Amino acid sequence: MYRSQISTKDNRRRGRLIIPALFLVLLALILACLCIGKYQISPGECLKILSGRLTGVQPSWDGMDENMLMGVRLPRVMASVIVGAALALSGAVYQGIFKNPLVSPDFLGVSGGACIGAAIAILMSFSSVMVQITAFAGGLLAVFITMMIPKLLRSESGIMLVLAGIIVGGAMSSILGFIKYIADPETQLAAITYWQLGSFAYVDNMAILSILPLSIAATAVLLAMSWWINILSLGEQEAKSLGARVNVLRSVCIICSTVLTAGAVCISGTIGWVGLVIPHFGRMLAGSDNRTLLPASMIIGSIFMLFVDTVTRMAGPAEMPVSILTGLIGAPFFAWLLYRQRRILN
Amino acid sequence: MNELIYEVDNISFRYPGYDRYVLNGVSLSLQKGGILCILGPNGAGKTTLLSCMAGLLKPYSGTIRLCGRDLSGMSEKETARLAGFVPQMHVPSFDYRVIDFVLMGRAPHTGIFSRPSAEEEKMCLDVLENMGLGHIAFKSYLDISGGERQQLLIARAIIQSPEAILFDEPTAHLDYGNQHRTLSRIKQMASEGYSVVITTHNPDHALLLGDQAAIVSKDGSVIQGSNADILTEERLSEVYGMDIRIRYIEELGRTACLVPGL
Repeated sequence: MYRSQISTKDNRRRGRLIIPALFLVLLALILACLCIGKYQISPGECLKILSGRLTGVQPSWDGMDENMLMGVRLPRVMASVIVGAALALSGAVYQGIFKNPLVSPDFLGVSGGACIGAAIAILMSFSSVMVQITAFAGGLLAVFITMMIPKLLRSESGIMLVLAGIIVGGAMSSILGFIKYIADPETQLAAITYWQLGSFAYVDNMAILSILPLSIAATAVLLAMSWWINILSLGEQEAKSLGARVNVLRSVCIICSTVLTAGAVCISGTIGWVGLVIPHFGRMLAGSDNRTLLPASMIIGSIFMLFVDTVTRMAGPAEMPVSILTGLIGAPFFAWLLYRQRRILN
Repeated sequence: MNELIYEVDNISFRYPGYDRYVLNGVSLSLQKGGILCILGPNGAGKTTLLSCMAGLLKPYSGTIRLCGRDLSGMSEKETARLAGFVPQMHVPSFDYRVIDFVLMGRAPHTGIFSRPSAEEEKMCLDVLENMGLGHIAFKSYLDISGGERQQLLIARAIIQSPEAILFDEPTAHLDYGNQHRTLSRIKQMASEGYSVVITTHNPDHALLLGDQAAIVSKDGSVIQGSNADILTEERLSEVYGMDIRIRYIEELGRTACLVPGL
């Protein structure tokens, strides 16, 4: 009896405390990641430069430190934070609205489409800005095609959409294979492959700033709808009987998640596993209620991405693509999470 | 009180791509505070009829009026404010806490970019408390029994604060004790003013609830009336294809539906 009372209390409070706690961890990690690297900056110096820049104080610090911090490290750290949050959030939303804990943000084809967009731009030797634009457009286009298939087949159920995702995904992997086949193996093929595995090494401020407004808008919409994602997760019939316009709600969620994922892909290339695994970890820490799960997943996604990027940046002379590490960590971690959650999967 | 909550007028229904009408010229009515038990053999269309009444399926022809309004002209939200639907079974998707699950019943009263208030959460706790489920309010709904989960679906429908509550075979997955506890809950809800429609496989449940009964036949037609008029030995024997007896049992003070033997 005593024990059950304790756990009841814990259960009540858990949701409220977890978000600020995770946020503090993220802030501490951001500071640490700004400081450490092959070129070390002391935390005090780092804070001084950041606060000085914010308040417009005249520089009284090492110019080398400042260049490193503001020009290289800050954009990269911000990029990991944004990409991690975006992928985790859209993953959590997809899992919720499809009532399926095993889907990830790219299963309607957004990553595949972005890859094709980027690969075409690389094949045409376009500038890096153009690569980002075509990647973004490719991601949106692929999801648009996926969403049109159930309409054409006149069956607007969730399972139809999942199958449409498989159809579009299959077609796209062939197209991508063809592009890689005709690409110049010395330069273009290498660039496409590197892009497909994701990296924060060539992050540029312009890409981040141009993506940010759309991403913030999509995030705001999804967080505002977080309670309704609970309703959608009950399945189409039950959601409808509770007064939800399932197709409209689901479409809004898909569009926002797609914008988020495509934006993230623009910044860093495609990065696997984050959108699939992090929401599960979020459910373990913060519970399944999307009102707390969505913000919690975002923060955990940021923490994870920041950690992985810092490791790739520190390890070895040449930088490894991020997806290699997210996969190496994500796969066994996912196995462990599934073991923990076997109850719901049975 | 003679206020009509449901007026089903001559509806027909067939699933797209099929020629067979599952419902054929069905008319029903339900008064405020009344209980309507829908009976019928397997596959006769009980659940289809209930789904039409809940606005989940659109009749091919005919009209359904809910609280005087044509159901076909109402949004999902407007329908859900007047009619709660308790599904036969809920397949858990994620590990929600009991209270968060019940709270989802507030959806028809909640804006698309908003969420239920603290008072509404308090409302859920009160309903759970009233149903004797206060002790599980903060548990995971995976950690409770099937009988308790059925109760949560009912709690969720109550939280919806509708006029009518539609139960799709509420006793189908329950043990003997829980079946009758659920029926007595349903009877109590009707006495509190809810109008109730339930589908069931057991004619004795209709007798226990003791109000109106309707029988859906294989050809998709429906007859409705008081239990005494509808639940006759001849009709039930014909519907279920076996010998069925209706007997008043002195000791229990009620009429029961029985089979003479196998």
